[in-house]
Amino acid sequence: MEKNTPSPIQKESIMLTINGTVHRLEVEVWTTLLDLLRERLKLTGTKKGCDQGQCGACTVLLDGQRINSCLTLAVMHDGSEITTIEGLAQNGKLNPVQQAFIDRDAFQCGYCTPGQICSAIGLIQEGKAKTKAEVRELMSGNLCRCGAYTHITEVVLEALERSRT
Amino acid sequence: MAATKNGEARNRVDGYQKVTGQAKYAGEWQPPGLLHGVVLNSTIAKGKILHIETEKALQLDGVLQVFTHENRPPLAHYDKSYQDLDAPPGTPFRPLFDNKILFNMQPIALVVAESLELARYAASLVTVNYEKKQHEVDFEKQLQHAFIPKDYKAVAPPEPWGSPAEAYHDAKHRLSATYTHPSQHHHPMEPHASTVLWEENGRITVYDKIQGALNSQKYLMGVFGLAQEDVRVLSPFVGGAFGSGLRPQYQLFLATMAALELRCSVRVVLSRPQMFSFGHRPKTHQRFSLAASEDGQLQAMIQEVYGETSRFEDYSENVISWPLVLYNCANASLSYKLVGLDVYTPLDMRAPGGASGIFALECAMDELAYQVGMNPLDFRLKNYAEKDQFEDKPFSSKELRECFRQGAEKFGWKNRPNQPRTMQEGHELIGWGLANGAWEANQKPAHAKAVLAVDGKLTVSSATADIGTGTYTIMSQVAAETMGLELEQVTFKLGDSSLPKAPLEGGSATASSVGSAVREACRQLGKKLLELAQEVDGSPLKDIPFWEVEMEAGQLRLKKDPTKAMALTDILHQNQKDSLAATIDSQPSEEQDNYAIYSHSAVFVEVRVDEALGTVRVSRMVNAIAGGRILNPKTAKSQILGGMVWGVGMALEEESVMDTHYGRFINHDLAGYHIPVNADLQELDVIFVEEEDDIVNPIGAKGLGEVGNVAVAPAIVNAIFHATGKRFRDLPVTVDKILENDEV
Amino acid sequence: MKPFSYQKVMGITEAVSDLKEKNQSYIIAGGTNLLDLMKVHVMQPQHLIDINGLKLHDISERDGGGLHLGALASNAQTAYHPLVEGRYPLLSQAILAGASAQLRNKATNGGNLLQRTRCSYFYDNSTSCNKREPESGCAALHGYNRDHAILGHSEHCIATHPSDMAVALAALEARVVATGPDGARSIPMADFHRLPSNNPQVDSNLEAEELITGIQLPPEGFAEHYAYLKVRDRASYSFALVSVAVGLRMEGNTILKARVALGGVAHKPWRVPGAEELLEGKEADRENFKVLSEAYLTGSEAFKHNKFKIKLAKQTLVRALMQASNLKL
Repeated sequence: MEKNTPSPIQKESIMLTINGTVHRLEVEVWTTLLDLLRERLKLTGTKKGCDQGQCGACTVLLDGQRINSCLTLAVMHDGSEITTIEGLAQNGKLNPVQQAFIDRDAFQCGYCTPGQICSAIGLIQEGKAKTKAEVRELMSGNLCRCGAYTHITEVVLEALERSRT
Repeated sequence: MAATKNGEARNRVDGYQKVTGQAKYAGEWQPPGLLHGVVLNSTIAKGKILHIETEKALQLDGVLQVFTHENRPPLAHYDKSYQDLDAPPGTPFRPLFDNKILFNMQPIALVVAESLELARYAASLVTVNYEKKQHEVDFEKQLQHAFIPKDYKAVAPPEPWGSPAEAYHDAKHRLSATYTHPSQHHHPMEPHASTVLWEENGRITVYDKIQGALNSQKYLMGVFGLAQEDVRVLSPFVGGAFGSGLRPQYQLFLATMAALELRCSVRVVLSRPQMFSFGHRPKTHQRFSLAASEDGQLQAMIQEVYGETSRFEDYSENVISWPLVLYNCANASLSYKLVGLDVYTPLDMRAPGGASGIFALECAMDELAYQVGMNPLDFRLKNYAEKDQFEDKPFSSKELRECFRQGAEKFGWKNRPNQPRTMQEGHELIGWGLANGAWEANQKPAHAKAVLAVDGKLTVSSATADIGTGTYTIMSQVAAETMGLELEQVTFKLGDSSLPKAPLEGGSATASSVGSAVREACRQLGKKLLELAQEVDGSPLKDIPFWEVEMEAGQLRLKKDPTKAMALTDILHQNQKDSLAATIDSQPSEEQDNYAIYSHSAVFVEVRVDEALGTVRVSRMVNAIAGGRILNPKTAKSQILGGMVWGVGMALEEESVMDTHYGRFINHDLAGYHIPVNADLQELDVIFVEEEDDIVNPIGAKGLGEVGNVAVAPAIVNAIFHATGKRFRDLPVTVDKILENDEV
Repeated sequence: MKPFSYQKVMGITEAVSDLKEKNQSYIIAGGTNLLDLMKVHVMQPQHLIDINGLKLHDISERDGGGLHLGALASNAQTAYHPLVEGRYPLLSQAILAGASAQLRNKATNGGNLLQRTRCSYFYDNSTSCNKREPESGCAALHGYNRDHAILGHSEHCIATHPSDMAVALAALEARVVATGPDGARSIPMADFHRLPSNNPQVDSNLEAEELITGIQLPPEGFAEHYAYLKVRDRASYSFALVSVAVGLRMEGNTILKARVALGGVAHKPWRVPGAEELLEGKEADRENFKVLSEAYLTGSEAFKHNKFKIKLAKQTLVRALMQASNLKL
C-alpha cells in the first residue's frame, strides 16, 4: 500500500542521565518516560502495570524523587537524572533495600517489586514516615496483587531504622 | 515413607533477578525488528460488525497491517482445535473468527505497527459500524432462566443425603438466607502479554504469560496447524496470574497470527482496561438453608447455587462440596445451576469455587451458631467432619482442630464476649469473627528430569510455572534435599514447553505434583549413580541395595556406616562421564484414591467498624494452616499472607461493576476496581500447625495457594456481625452497605 | 495518544499567547491527569505547552499575612512546606489524603485544581458523556452512579470534582491567581469551579487562554481547629466518596467563625455560606453540628446507587466538626 502520511509526531533532542550514564536521545514527543525506558533503552526493570498512574509499578526516581514514569513525557525531562531499579546496585552489591526485599521475602511474582523498591528508597529520602502506619500509608501508591504488604512494610521500617543510626 | 520435618526457610532463588529488574516477563523480550500489536475491542455486547474501516490507520507510515475478521488468515474450524487444557465444555471463543459479537470488549482487530505509540494511535483511527442486538447481562434478571449444564467442568451435584427438606422442616433452629458476591477480576500486576519471536525457518518461539507453557503450545498447534517442533513456548517469569493464565488469552492468538502472517516478531500486551475483557470469577447467588437441633447438632444443609457463565461455554466450579467436606450432617442437598449471560466465559480465579462456596457456608454457619446460642467456634467443633462425607472417604490427614486451638490461642478468642455489639473503642465498634476452610491437595501426574554434571551441579527441570508461588525455590530445595546437595548447587528450570510435561500450575497442586516428580527423578538419579558407583574398582558400595544408602553432603554413602561413601562427582569422574540424567513420570499412588486429601485453615479476624462513616478496618488476622509438610516456611508464609490480602479484597473491596445498559464492566481500571493497598493491611499472623501425611504424596506437602484465602472473607464478614450485630450477605461490604443497613 | 506538537515555554506571556493562538492547545505541568486522559483519547490536544520552565514554584508569605502557593509547586512540596504545615494544616492534610506519594511529587498545585472528573463514563469513549462529548447524553444518570454527585448536578451531568486539595482551599477561601491576554486576575475558590448546568464540558471559570500562576491563601488558616476527613473505599490511594474540610475559629467552646466544604458530592467543592453562619456564636456541640449538616445537604438529590452519600455526607460533616472542635463522642 502506498503511504501518504509522514511520521505524525514531532521529535525533540534531549539529554538524560540514567543510572549515571548520559544518554543523548531524539525522542518522539508522545513517548512517556516509561516507554522510553522499556522500549527504547531496554531497561525493562521498570514495569508497566496500568499505564494510568493507578498501580505504581513504573515508579522511578527522577532527580531523587519517586514518580510514576507512565504519567510523564520523556521530552519534559531534558537534563534530568533518573534512577531505575537497574541502577540501584553499586559495584555488583545490592542496595540494602534490595537485599532486604530478598531476605524478608517481600515479593512473590516480582512484577511490582522494582516499583516498590524505588518507592521505598524515595520514601526513605523524603524522611516523612516515622511510624508503621505512616509507612503503610506512604507505600500505598504501590499495589501488590500477591499481597506482600506485610513484608514490604517490615523492609521499609528496618531501612528507616538503619537510616537513623 | 514421607519426609516429615518442615523444609528450611530459604530466600527465593530467583530473588536476585526480581529485585534488580533482570527478571524478564512475557512482554519484555525485544528481538530485532519487533513489531507492536494493539488490540481494538468491541464497544457493544451483542450483535455483529457491519463494517470495519481501517484505511486511515493503514495509511500511516509505520503501520504494517490491521487484522480483522475480514482479512485474517484461514484458521482451524473445529472447536476441538481451540480447546485448551482448561477449557470448560462448550465452544471456545475464537478471536477474529467472524463478524459476530458475543460480549463487550471482544477483540475485533489487531493493529500492527513499528512502534507502540504509533500502533496505539493507529488503533484510534479504526472505526466500526455495528448492528446491535439486545444483550442480557443482568444476572438477577436472568436467574429465572438458570439451567443445568450438560457437563460440569468441576463437580456435578450428587444425589441428596437423607431427607434434607423434612429434616430442615422438623429442626428446632433454622436459617435460610441468600449470599451473593459480584464478578471479580484477577488483575495480576503484569498485564497479559505475548511476544512471538519469528525465525527464518518459519518456527516461532513465544514468550507468553501462562500458567503452563504446554497449554499455550497445544493451543497454537491446534489453531494454526503448527507442528510441535515449530512452536516453543516459554514463560520463565510470570508477573502473577491467580488463574488468569490458566487459559491462553487472546493476545497470544493475535500476536502469533500477526507474526506468522507478517513473518516478523510481534508483541501484544493488553492494557489494564483490557484486563476486564476476558475471564473473571463468576458472580454467584447462593441460598443456604441450614438447620440444627436444640443442642447445636446440624440436621440439614441445603445449598442452592446459581453461577454466571457465558453463552458459548458452560463454566462451573466447585462451589458445592464444602458443606460436606467441612461438616458432618446426615441430611444434605447441593444444587448448582448456571445463568447464561452475554459476557466472556468466567475463569478460575484464586480458590475457584472455594472462595465463593466457603464464604456463603461459613457466614451461614455463623448465623446458625447465633440462633442456637453457641460460640461460633464451639458450634463448628461440634459439627466437625471426621470424614469427608462428600466423597465418603477418610481424610489422609486433618489437623483442623489444632488450627482452631492454636489460632484461637494466638488470637485470644477466649476473651471474646459472644454477644455482638459489645466491644467499642472511640468511634469504632470492634468485632471478632472466625471461619474455617479447606482446599483440595491432590497430586497430579507430572514428569521431571534431573541431570547431575561432573562439576557437582544438578539441573532439574519440568514444564511447570512459577507465578510468584515459589516453584523455582521449593523445587530446588526438594532436589537439593533428595540429592544431599547444597541449594546453591541446584538449578531448577521451568516455564518451557520443551521440558518434561507438567500439569497446569493451578489449584495448589504444583508443590505436590511437581515436587513429587522432582523427588522421584532425583531418587532415580541416585539409583543410577549407585549402579555406576558399584562398577568402580574397589567401590565401598559394592552389592549394597539402594535402600541401604543415602545421599548426603554430596556423597552416596551407607546409612549405617557413613564412612563407606563415594562423592557423587567421583562416581561420574571414575566412569568417565560428564553427566548423568534421569527422567521420571510420576503418578499419584493408588492408595490416594481411598482418601479425601485436603489442606485446612482456621481464620480469626478483628475488625473495627465506624458505623457513622461506614468504614471497616481489618485490624488483626490470624490464619492457622494445616498444609502438610511445609517445604519452605518463608515462601509458604508469603503464600498465606497473599491469600489473606485477597480475602480482604473479596470481603470489602472487589467488584467488577456491570453496566447493564452497555453490557460492559464499567469500572474498568485500577482506580475503579479496588484491590487492597498497603494501608488496608495491619497485623497479620500465620501459623503452620504440624501435620504429617504420608498418603498425600511422597514429599508430604499440600499446596498453599488457595487454603490461605478461602476462609478469610467469611471470617471478616462474621467479625463485622460481631462488631455491629448486623448481617451482611452481599459482598463486598462497602461503605454504602454499612450505612444502609439500619436494622440491628 | 493523538499526535500533538510540543513546546517548552520560558515565559508566562509566551504561554498565554500560545494558548490563545494555537488551536486546541493545553498547558502541561505535572501531566498526571492530562496524559492519562490523552492515552485513552478523552483529551486530544493538538498542542502542548510545557510550562515547567516557568518560575512559578515558590511558596512564600504575602503582605498582610497570607501565603502564596506557586502554581508549579508540587503537591508534595506544598503539603510538607513548613509554612503550610504550621499555618494551614488543613490544606496539608487534604493534599496528603489525595493520590499517592509518587503522584503528589509530580502533580502541581495548578494542575490539581484543573484535574478532570473520575466518572467512569467520562473515561470510556464508548459511552455517552456530555462532559467529554457535548450533546451525547449522560450515561451515569441511569447507569452506575455510586460515585456521583448529590448536589448541584444537572440532567446533563452528575459528575463530581475529584480533588481533595480543592476542598480544603474552598474552606480556606483561597483565591486562584491567573494570567490571561488581558492581564492577571484572582478568582475566589467559590467561583473557580462551576456547576455542570447545560455545558458540563466546562469544568471551571478559568478562561481558555488563562494560565494559573498561583494560589493565594488568606491570613486565617484555622491551625487551631481544623479537620479534613475523607471517606473512601479503601484506606488509601482512592478518590473520596465524601470528604469534609472544616476550619473553625473558637473562643472556649464557642464558635466564632466556621468554614466548611464538602468534596465528592458535586461538580465543585460544596460550600453553603448561609449554613456556616448558623454556627457563629454557637457552642460546639453535636446538635448544632447536626443543624449545619442538615443545612448543607438541603436540596440534595441522589440517584440509584448513591443514596448513601446524603447520609454519609451529613455524618461525616458532624464528625469532622467534632474533630475540629476537639469534641469526643
